[in-house]
Amino acid sequence: MHYYNEEDLARFSDIGKHKPELFEKFMVWYQACQEDGALSKREKALIGLAVSVVVQCPYCIDAYTNSSLENGSNMEQMTEAIHLAAAIRGGASLIHGIQSHNAHDKVSM
Amino acid sequence: MQTAVQITRNGKPALPNSPVSFEEKLGGAELRSAAIDTLQVNVGKLCNQACKHCHVDASPKRTEIMRRETVEACLNVLGKYNIPTLDITGGAPELIPDFRYFVTEARKTGAKIIVRHNLTVMFEAGQTDLPEFFAENELEVVCSLPYFLQQQTDAQRGSGVFDKSIEALKRLNAVGYGIDKKLVLNLVYNPTGAFLPPAQTAIEADFRRELKTRFDISFNNLYTITNMPIARFLDWLRRSRNEESYMTRLVNAFNPSTVSGLMCRNLISVDWLGNLYDCDFNQMLELPVAIENSQTIFGFDLEKLAKRQIVTANHCFGCTAGAGSSCGGTVA
Repeated sequence: MHYYNEEDLARFSDIGKHKPELFEKFMVWYQACQEDGALSKREKALIGLAVSVVVQCPYCIDAYTNSSLENGSNMEQMTEAIHLAAAIRGGASLIHGIQSHNAHDKVSM
Repeated sequence: MQTAVQITRNGKPALPNSPVSFEEKLGGAELRSAAIDTLQVNVGKLCNQACKHCHVDASPKRTEIMRRETVEACLNVLGKYNIPTLDITGGAPELIPDFRYFVTEARKTGAKIIVRHNLTVMFEAGQTDLPEFFAENELEVVCSLPYFLQQQTDAQRGSGVFDKSIEALKRLNAVGYGIDKKLVLNLVYNPTGAFLPPAQTAIEADFRRELKTRFDISFNNLYTITNMPIARFLDWLRRSRNEESYMTRLVNAFNPSTVSGLMCRNLISVDWLGNLYDCDFNQMLELPVAIENSQTIFGFDLEKLAKRQIVTANHCFGCTAGAGSSCGGTVA
């Protein structure tokens, strides 16, 4: 028994069972976000992959890895997207170090 | 490396397991031939490569190759019925002794001739003048190149294949292929794994840019072809535990608008012995055309064959997923 089951990705629509109108609205929004627009489907799939890694969603990582491949990306491009997301996350942690510096300065002579 | 074919269907090559049957998905619609405009001849299973996705299970160890009398029968049918296109495939078709005879004789019928060429065969003994031979006979050359990078190409087609393929494409460019209007050079993209191909126009633009920038290579069109879940690729799907998810992906991506443009509606496939099939995939699955008394090239009956019902099974999801797939790329 795992907390995350691969099979659950195919059961995503079950989440609409008790509130279908909200799930339907989410799906319309979600699908519209995937389509070609000012950004290509491939660019969107790479953004999706990068965000998936940062939010650490195993379902999303599986889905957007496949989506990136099916939109013609290769592992070098996908890994660059993952590094960028991870670097932003690292930077976001580091910038909070300033909070620490500020707190230190406030109480120090 | 050649891998064994899964034998599970009464001694014949296995079909993939699918969550839904193809017939059910078609919803009772009949799939029939529209007209025969292409004679696709698979001249044998001998190949200098053994690619992981190969639906023919072709390799250097295979011995099945077409004999002269069968070549003659194909030429007779081509000329008698004025079939517009001859599509020669294999294996590596250039390796059979009668390949050049077949091409030069077929040319006299006025048919357009396509050769499905794996690029690396031109480095085999006696084959180094293939670019010149192709050009002299104005063959349309359709080449396999799954990606514009070495790692993906070699992973699918074997170590060292990418470098040879690039050198071969340069030689084809050097005799005018992909440059001269009469010498058409088309590439084929196959996914290097258990996923669907990208949009054809998008990946064609990537190939054009990357091959030009990195290697100064030109080509005409790029076709995306879905990996067919049969033979060596099905064996790989099973060993890598991807069969269920891949078939679910194909079924979920079923696109009804691909059905009217499926290649089986416009071609007839011939095997190395002269037997007839609806497509090269049915040929490998040993599913012959459903026409009594006209199942070989020796008893070819155009009228009957042009109205025949197509034989389908669950592997057909490979041609109807997404934008569809055929020997000429997407169909929808």
